[in-house]
Formats: sequence, C-alpha cells, structure tokens
Amino acid sequence: MPRPAAAYVEGIGLLGPGLPTWTAGKAVLAGDAPYVERPAQLPPADTLPTAERRRVGDVVKIALAIGYQAAAAAGQDPARLATVFTASGADGVVCHEICQMLASNDRQISPTRFHNSVHNAPSGYWSIATGARTPSTSLCAFDASFSAGLLEALCQVEVAREPVLLIAYDSGYPEPLQRVRPIPGAFGVALLLAPGRGEASLGRIDVELTDDVADAMSDPKLETLRTGYPAARGLPLLVALAGGLARRQVLDYFDHHRLAVTTTP
Amino acid sequence: MSLSMPACAAPKVKPLHLSHFTATTCLGRGLAANLAALHGERSGLAPCRFETVNLPTCVGEVAGVDDERLPAAFNAFDCRNNRLAHLGLAQDHFRDAVAAASARYGADRIGVFVGTSTSGILQAELAYRRRDSVTGALPQDFRYATTQNTFSVADFVQRTLRLRGPAAAVSSACASSAKAFGSGARMIEAGLIDAAVVGGVDSLCLTTLYGFSSLQLASTRPCRPFDRERDGLSIGEAAAFFLIERPPQAPSPEAILLLGIGESNDAYHMSSPHPEGVGARMAMEQALAGAGLAPAAIDYINLHGTGTRSNDLVEGRAVLALFGNATYCSSTKGSVGHTLGAAGGVEAAIGALALREGFMPAGVNMHDLDPAMPLAYLQRNETLAPQRVLSNSFGFGGTNCSLVLGRAGAPSGAT
Repeated sequence: MPRPAAAYVEGIGLLGPGLPTWTAGKAVLAGDAPYVERPAQLPPADTLPTAERRRVGDVVKIALAIGYQAAAAAGQDPARLATVFTASGADGVVCHEICQMLASNDRQISPTRFHNSVHNAPSGYWSIATGARTPSTSLCAFDASFSAGLLEALCQVEVAREPVLLIAYDSGYPEPLQRVRPIPGAFGVALLLAPGRGEASLGRIDVELTDDVADAMSDPKLETLRTGYPAARGLPLLVALAGGLARRQVLDYFDHHRLAVTTTP
Repeated sequence: MSLSMPACAAPKVKPLHLSHFTATTCLGRGLAANLAALHGERSGLAPCRFETVNLPTCVGEVAGVDDERLPAAFNAFDCRNNRLAHLGLAQDHFRDAVAAASARYGADRIGVFVGTSTSGILQAELAYRRRDSVTGALPQDFRYATTQNTFSVADFVQRTLRLRGPAAAVSSACASSAKAFGSGARMIEAGLIDAAVVGGVDSLCLTTLYGFSSLQLASTRPCRPFDRERDGLSIGEAAAFFLIERPPQAPSPEAILLLGIGESNDAYHMSSPHPEGVGARMAMEQALAGAGLAPAAIDYINLHGTGTRSNDLVEGRAVLALFGNATYCSSTKGSVGHTLGAAGGVEAAIGALALREGFMPAGVNMHDLDPAMPLAYLQRNETLAPQRVLSNSFGFGGTNCSLVLGRAGAPSGAT
C-alpha cells in the first residue's frame, strides 16, 4: 500500500467481560486499574420503540450500546452519522432457533425471527432507534471482521470527508453451534472516525497492510479476550488510545496480511 | 438539493470502469444465455422442487448446481452457495480477466467484496437434521467457517482467484451486492487498491423459502412485479461478478462505467418499507448526485420490484415523484426471481447488458400495470439504446442502494 488510510478517533464505545464501558475499560487498558473478569452486562435497547425492544437479542443490544457510547463521547448526533457495522456472524441464537425449526416437522418459522436473522439486523434497529437515514454498511469477514470494518470505515472517511461510526461486535452462540464456533458471549468496540481533529479527539490513526505478525496483549486475561472474540482483535489499538501512546501496533486480519495501525495522540 | 438529502450526502464520485462482468441465473450460465432469455422475454421461474421444501411457491433455480464440484483443495468450502460461486466464476472468461488484472496490479492490490444474505446457511440447515441423538452435537463433517459463515463465499472467491488484498462479505440483506460496489469503489478511490472483484452470490435455502412464506410475501405463481394483481415474490438464486477498476485515460465510447452510488436507510421498520418511500428516494437522489446527473439523464430504471403489494407501491411512487412518468422502467425479477443478496449484482449485470447491447428489458409476467403507479413500465422489450441506467436494491432493515451505470460515450446529462 503506497499511502496509509488515516482518520482521527473522536469517540470510543466498549463493552465486554470486565470492560463495561470505555470510561471504565480505558483505565484497565492504560494499566491504571487491574482487569477483573466479570460477565458483560448488556443494557436494554431502551431507545427502541416498545414493540421492537421486546424482539431484539444480544447482538442488537451490544451494537446499540457501544454505538451510543462512541457518539456521545464525541458529542455527535447519532442520527447524522454514517455507520459501518461489522460482525463475525449474524445472531447465533436466532440462527439456532431457525435451524432447529427447519429440522423439525413444523417449519413455519416466525416472521420476527426471520427478519432478525439477517446480518444487518443491528444496522436496521440502529436506524430505527436513532432515526439515522444515513448510509450504513454491514460487513462480515469471520475472524478478520474488526480489521475489515476498520478499513471500510477509514475509506468512507477518506472519500466522503465526513465522520463514520464503526460498530464492531459479536455475540455468543448457543449449543450445538457453540462447539463449532466457540464465541463465549458479547463483545463490542465502536470507533467514531473523522477526517479532522475535534475537541474530544483521542488522536490520529494511520493504517496500512503489513506482513508482520499481530501484537498480543501483555495481560494473559486480556489476551484471552483478544483471541476469543473477533471484535476484540482491535484491543491493541485501544491500549494505545487509552494510554495516549504514539506507537505502531499490528492487528489480526487475514492469513495473508495484518493491519499496521500507527497512533499519534 | 432536496430537503431529504441526508447529513452526509455522497460527494461526486470518480467513475469506475466495469471492465469485465458475468452473471449466472435461472435463465442460464453466463451473459450469452441470460441475454438470449432476456431478448426472448422468457422467465426462468418454475414451481419449487428444491430439496424437501413443501411450499406452493415458484423459484428461480440455477440448473446443475448440485453437480458442480469444487477443486479438491477447496473441499472444506463445499456447499451450494460456493458451488454456485464456482459455477459463476467459470463463465465469460471472468477468471482470465482477474488473472490478467492480478498480473498487472499485483494480487495484493485487488480487493474482493461479495454480497450475500444467507451464504451457506443451507449446510447448517442440513446438519441440524443429523444432530447426535444423545449429545445434540452437529455432525463431524459440518464446517461452520467455510460454509455457513457469511464470509465463506467472499473467502472462497478470494482464495480461488488467488487474490491477497482486502476482502469482506457485504451482508445488507437484499441490497448486499449493490452495496458491494460501494465498498470496492471507495477502497479504489482511497488508494488502498487498484481494482476490485465485486458482486453477489445467494442460493436457495430453507430459511428464506420458509421465511418469506411465513411473512406471506411469497406468491404461489411466478412473481408479477408492478401488475395490478401481483401477490408476492419468487425467490431465485444467482452469482454475478464484476471487475471494477479506474477507467483508461480515453475509454472507448462502449465502455461501461459505474457513475454513481446512493445509499440510505429507512429508519422505519425491519421488514416493511417506509410508506412514503423516503429512503428509496434518498438512495436514488444520492446516486444521481454522485454521478452529477439530473433525473432526465436516466434512460432506463431497473426497479427493485419484488412483486409484493407494498414494496412495488412504495418504489413506484418514489420513482414517479423523482422521475415523473416518462422514464422507461421494469423489474426483471419476473425473469430471474428475487435473488436476495445477489439481486443488486444480477440487476447491475442486466443494466450493463442493456447498455452494451442497446435494448431495455421487459418486466415479464406483468400483464396489467397497477393504475396506482402510472409508470413507463416496459411490458415488451424496447429497442431504443439506453445511455445511462439506474438500478435499485432495497432490503430488510430498511437498507437502500441505487447504482447509476452509463456508457462512456454518453452525451452530457449534468444536473
């Protein structure tokens, strides 16, 4: 790549085991507080109308929670932001329920389950909750989903010269899918990326493809998160942003390439 | 600029060259077979005989997908969706065109963005019938990552074309493969890559057949988009691929360019379109704005036109509001069915064929145009040669995407 793709990080959302918000997680990732393993608590999707709120699963709750966090941190109106959603798969619970019904004698799956099964369901609910009619893309790149979403969002910032909200998330799979896709639960990282530096800016990132191997987390428990949840592959970047570090870190992407992300506070 | 333009309106984008493309649908394998069927105003829809499905519906099934075999090195990827991708890539010398581009730019400099809604979910549906009776476990031979996972088809396409650039599956329901053009185009414009393979693949599965049936959106007959008597969609399957790159300094007049992309969300409902078509109109307006074109510069609109009562009504009204009733339009889903995540790609290929071959395809099965939408709807093929076409794709979650394609030699049609 002759020229890195660049943007400013204007807000962050974070939610995962032991990392309940970016504010709390920032202290842990900067080394100012110990990491204490606790199950992730997903807030209810209370910005959705009642009828929709009852119908959504963890995959929507986590996407909405981290998206709102990042937008609020940057002081931006979510309704005006273009979004990139990226996840290693669609809602595993809904997938399981549909496959189970289709293998039974009664194949009449419910309409709600059917429309909740689409990969872009969190994007659809986000749009309903926020009123955003802005462009929204939903990507999947299996274990490479975080980096794939980051590249997509950076390109949108570069071409449109407008802020873009990246929402990277995963949710757990029930058995028997859990055995073939062992994602233990929900984890999400949202980055509000902008073409210029704002008041709340955490710094600039420059991203390019590299053959270097991905960086690991120095804390073994955090490394378990990084390798256990595809959306957590971005944690080394969050460490640099939490600590205000000028450094180059390498994030997992594909077998054939990784992403080198240089942070400049 | 209208009031409905979103906060982040698309800037005027640099045109991209659709230097090579191919499509495989129920009408046949590759462009020649599809073109012949379109010229003959034929439908490929037939009563559903797929798998064990017992529904009174019609489908657009691609013949011979079950007989397709992946190379041994790709055994882990073996599923209906990747077989259809493999079949699609083998048509119209598409692999040769990609290999030549790869030699020119380098395998690292070509991205892969494939739209799909259900990828290889059929493999999981089948595996659930063979769960261990004691433990409930899925069978040992089930490969989640390389079949069921949404990324599987993009992964397969990237590996089988020996490309090493950025890649992703774009999965925004029925707008997926239209939006894949956006991902590829932006990455080229940002300078991360020089070319991209974009398109879409979706294949028949029980989830979508029973799902649309449960929503009471599937017709018992071959679908009749925009007909007064229309009563639902017919699901199809397809693979469509494009090689997109920067146009040459002086493209030939026949070169087909991607001129504009418009994307929006309805912010209304997960499976019903906004009743006034706000999002649909925004997507069309943005695509025109990105292309720097006035509505009158569009000669033909390939409508999303699924054949359901509400979708066609909303789209028809949005088109009338923006274009008036003089622009020729049709939905080609009466021919190929609704190919879901592949629809945007298939219909871009049909639009590109219309530009290349100088005709506008009829909306087959439409006998009596709904008087609520007095459009210039093509009941028969039109032999006037279009210079620019617009293609609409709308999906669950309220996602909308419109593409503008045109001949490089088209006369000016600026706003």
